[in-house]
Amino acid sequence: MIRVAWLILRKDLTVEVRSREIVYTTLFFAVSCVLVFAFALVREGRGPEDGAAGILWIAVMFAGNLALGRTFERERQSETLRALLLAPASRPAVYVGKLLGILVLLFGAELLLIPLVALLFQARLLVHPFWLIAIMATGTVGFAAVGTLFAAMLVRARSRDVLLPVLLYPITVPVIIAGVRGTATLLQPELDAGIIRFWLALLVTFDVVFVTLALWTFEVVMTD
Amino acid sequence: MTPSTPPGSSASLGAGLDFDHVSVDDVSRHFGRRRAVARVSFVAARGNIIGLLGPNGAGKSTLLAMLATLLRPSAGSIRYGAMQADDAPPALRGRIGVLGHDLFLYPELTARENLAFFAGLYGHRDADGAARAALPRAGLADRGDDLVAGFSRGMRQRVALERALIHDPRLVLLDEPFTGLDEASTSALIARLRGLRESGAAIVLATHDLDIADGLLDEAIFLRDGRMVESLSRPEGLRAAYRRAMTGPIRS
Amino acid sequence: MPKWFTPVAFICAAMFAFSPLVIANADYESTMGLVQKIFYYHMPSAWMFLVAAMVCGVASIRYLVSGDLRHDRTALAAGELLVVFGLLTLVTGPLWARKAWGTFWIWDARTTSSLVSWMIGCAYLILRRYGGPGSEKLAAALALFGMANVPFIYISVNYWRTIHPATSVVPKLPFTMGLPLWYCVISFSLLFYLLLKMRVRLEEQRATLDSLYLSLDEQH
Repeated sequence: MIRVAWLILRKDLTVEVRSREIVYTTLFFAVSCVLVFAFALVREGRGPEDGAAGILWIAVMFAGNLALGRTFERERQSETLRALLLAPASRPAVYVGKLLGILVLLFGAELLLIPLVALLFQARLLVHPFWLIAIMATGTVGFAAVGTLFAAMLVRARSRDVLLPVLLYPITVPVIIAGVRGTATLLQPELDAGIIRFWLALLVTFDVVFVTLALWTFEVVMTD
Repeated sequence: MTPSTPPGSSASLGAGLDFDHVSVDDVSRHFGRRRAVARVSFVAARGNIIGLLGPNGAGKSTLLAMLATLLRPSAGSIRYGAMQADDAPPALRGRIGVLGHDLFLYPELTARENLAFFAGLYGHRDADGAARAALPRAGLADRGDDLVAGFSRGMRQRVALERALIHDPRLVLLDEPFTGLDEASTSALIARLRGLRESGAAIVLATHDLDIADGLLDEAIFLRDGRMVESLSRPEGLRAAYRRAMTGPIRS
Repeated sequence: MPKWFTPVAFICAAMFAFSPLVIANADYESTMGLVQKIFYYHMPSAWMFLVAAMVCGVASIRYLVSGDLRHDRTALAAGELLVVFGLLTLVTGPLWARKAWGTFWIWDARTTSSLVSWMIGCAYLILRRYGGPGSEKLAAALALFGMANVPFIYISVNYWRTIHPATSVVPKLPFTMGLPLWYCVISFSLLFYLLLKMRVRLEEQRATLDSLYLSLDEQH
C-alpha cells in the first residue's frame, strides 16, 4: 500500500516538475489573492487587526481548491484515473498517493505565502515557528484530505468545477475556524499556549477522523 | 514480431488468481432509463479472440468496462473461472489488461517512465527492467526517453498496448484499438494479438472495423442497442454477417 | 399511498389550522411579550431540522454500506426536508431575535452550527441536482461527512465565540414544556413524517417507471 502511494506520488511530482503548470498557476493565484486582499483591506498602510491570519488561510484554501481541480482534471483528460483504478492497487493507496501530492503542492504554496502575508500585513507570523508549522500542517492536511476525496469523486460528475468549492467549504469550516484562530493567537504579544494546544488538538482530531472516513469511502464511491 | 511471454513475470506477480475462461451470464446494465447492455451472454476462453461488433452506442464499451470490473452489472453476473466478479479481490485486476479508447498514458512522461510506472503499479518487482524489455516489443526501443506528448497516434497506441500487457494479463480487453492506425501499425497490432492468443490469453476486442476483424476473430458477437443479436464462431465474411445482423429482426 | 395517509394528512392540516388558537391561548411570557410565540413554531422546526439531518446521515451510511437504493431515496427525501425545515428555523429565529433582543443574528455556537449544517444540506441538494448521473454515492459521502462534522463545527464555533464575548447575551430558553409546545411538536412531526413518506414514494414511483421503461424495451 505504501509502495503504491509512493509510486503515485513520485509520478505526480515528476509530471509536475516537467510541466510546472499547476505549480506556477497555483502560486501565482495565491499571490494575487493576497494582493487583492491587501488592496481591499489595508488602510493608511496598516492592515486590519488580526487580519493576516484570516487572509493567509483564505489564500491557502482558494489556491488549494484550484490545485485540486487542476490535478484531477489532468487525470481526467487521459482517463488515467481510470487506469489507476484498474490496477490491482488497493483504492485507499491511490487516495493516499494523490493526497500526498496535493499536500506537497500546498505546503510549497504556504512556504511562499507566509512570508508574503507577514510582509504585506506587518504580521509577526514567524515569531513562533514550531507552533505555526504545526497549525498550518494539521489544517492543510484536514483541508486536503476532504478535498482530495471530493475532487476524485467529482471527476465523472457534471459541473465539477463549481461543485468542488460548494461541497468543500462548508465541510471544512472547522478547519478554517481552528486554523485562523490558532494562527491569530500566534500573533498576540504574549503567547497563550493553552489556546493553541486546543486548536491543534481539534485539528488533529479532525484530521484523524476525516482521513479515516475518506479511506473507507474512497473504495465504495469509486466503484460504480 | 512474435513476442515471447516475458520470462518469470507471472511468477513475480503472484499468479494465484488464474482462470481459463471468463463467462458473461445474462448481463444487463442500465443508466437511469437508458439501457446500455441487455442480457448478453458469452464465454471468453483462453487462446481465443472474441470480437464485439456493432455501431456506436451498441454497448461495446460498457460491456468491456464491466469485464474490467470498473462497472457492476445491473443484472446477471460475470465469472472469472469459478470466481464471481463481486467476490474477487483487488488482485484480480492484476490479471486483466485494458487498452481503452483513451490511451491511459501520461503525456508529460517518457515512454519508458509510463511503462515503468504501470509496471510498478501492477506489482512488477523490477519495473524498470520490464519497461526496458517492453520498449522493443512496441518497436520504440530508440524513442524510450521521449515524452509521449510528442508521439503520433500509432506510436502512442503501441506504448499503450505494451502498458496494457506489461503484467502478462490473462484477459486482454481492447476498445476500438484500430482507430486512427495506419497500415503498418494495424498489421503489427494484428500480429501482436495473434501472438497473445498463442500464449494463452483470452482477448475481447470491441471494434466497428469489420475488414480488419475479418479473419482475426474466433468468435464474433454482434451487438445492437445493447442486445446481442447474433453470435458466430469462426466467422467469415464479416461484412455480410454484420449487415444481416444489423438490419434483420433480432434473433434471440 | 397507504390507506391511512389521507386521514392523517387531514388531521395534520387541522392541527396546523388550529395551532394559532392554541398558541394564542398559551401563557403570556412576560419578558418578551407576543413575539415569544414564534418560539412555538421555531422550536419544532429546529427539532425537525435535526431529525432530518440524522435521517439523511443514517440513510446515507446504509446506502454506502449496502448499495440498496431504498436508502438513497430516503436520504434524498430527508435532505430536502432538512433544507426546508432548516430554512424555516433560520428565518423564524432571527425574526424572533430581532424583536426580542434587538439583533437579527448572533454568532453563537448553536445558531452558527445550524447555519453551517444547513449549508451542507444545500450543498447536498445542489450536488444531487447538478452532479449528473452517478452522483448518488458522492452525495451519500457528503452526507456522511456532514454528519461527522457536526461535533467539530459545534466545538470550534463554541470556542471561537468564548474568546470574543457576544455583545448581547442570549438567554437559555427557560420555558416550561407546556401544552402548546407539545401540540406544535406533534403537528410538525406529523408533517415531517407525511412529507418524508410522500417524497420517498415519489422517488419509488420514478424508479418503478424507469424499470418499466427498461423492461418494455426488452419485449420488442
